[in-house]
Amino acid sequence: MPTLAHYLLVSGLLFSLGLAGVLLRRNILVIFMGLELMLNAANLSLVSFSRFNLMDGLPNYNAQVFVFFIITVAAAEVAVGLAIIVALFRAKQTIHVEDLDTLKF
Amino acid sequence: MQLALFCAFSILTLVFAAGVVFLRNPVSSAMSLVMSFIGLAALFVTLDAYFIAVVQVLVYAGAVMVLFLFIIMLLDLREEKQRSVKLAAWVGGGIVIGGFVSSLAKVIASLPALQVTKPALSQPGINDVAAIGETLFRNYNLPFQIIGVLLLVSTIGVVVLSRKELK
Repeated sequence: MPTLAHYLLVSGLLFSLGLAGVLLRRNILVIFMGLELMLNAANLSLVSFSRFNLMDGLPNYNAQVFVFFIITVAAAEVAVGLAIIVALFRAKQTIHVEDLDTLKF
Repeated sequence: MQLALFCAFSILTLVFAAGVVFLRNPVSSAMSLVMSFIGLAALFVTLDAYFIAVVQVLVYAGAVMVLFLFIIMLLDLREEKQRSVKLAAWVGGGIVIGGFVSSLAKVIASLPALQVTKPALSQPGINDVAAIGETLFRNYNLPFQIIGVLLLVSTIGVVVLSRKELK
């Protein structure tokens, strides 16, 4: 039987892969996908805590409602972020973060 | 049996998540993100969170990924050219990620409270859609309404942002 520690380890590895995508890639779309991976890692740990800490013999549904909110906010964030990326591409013709250095000192 | 399924689905999730980071073509990255989300939905099913698993497939593997692929198509992205690899960035990123993973593994291994197997549910077949709906509308009604306003605001924001001329 998998334990809570197994699930938390998978969640942590997923989070660090998303972090690697944000830190190491220079394509802004892939950076965005890394953000999605990190949000999903948080969801996995919330759902596993909900299953392993029962309330009256049922999973703790407060955590699952919280996951539902996270998914909604992430969907809104993706829509706005991708619109910003399209506007950026129209203005600069690039999506490489290295070419976007106007604000760099 | 449960452990085998858990291992299979977590390996699926993690391998395709690594594919998102290390594949060069953005379309391949998006496709492996879809597979990673499907593996994650299967992990949710192993945790008896059926509603969350279905929402994961519908919202992430469906709507969000269609949006990503649509934007990739719209921007007409090619395979990334091999750029000069910045050694400092890779070393710094490796140190940050390695430190995070090792400290996390240490904490998880040292806490005996986490070495528990799944406690049995009071009834075998749970109706979790009803339970989540009840929690959502009874205890979290105000946040639910605020989320609705947030979605409206983001929809209007996207329409404004994607007009031809930004004023």
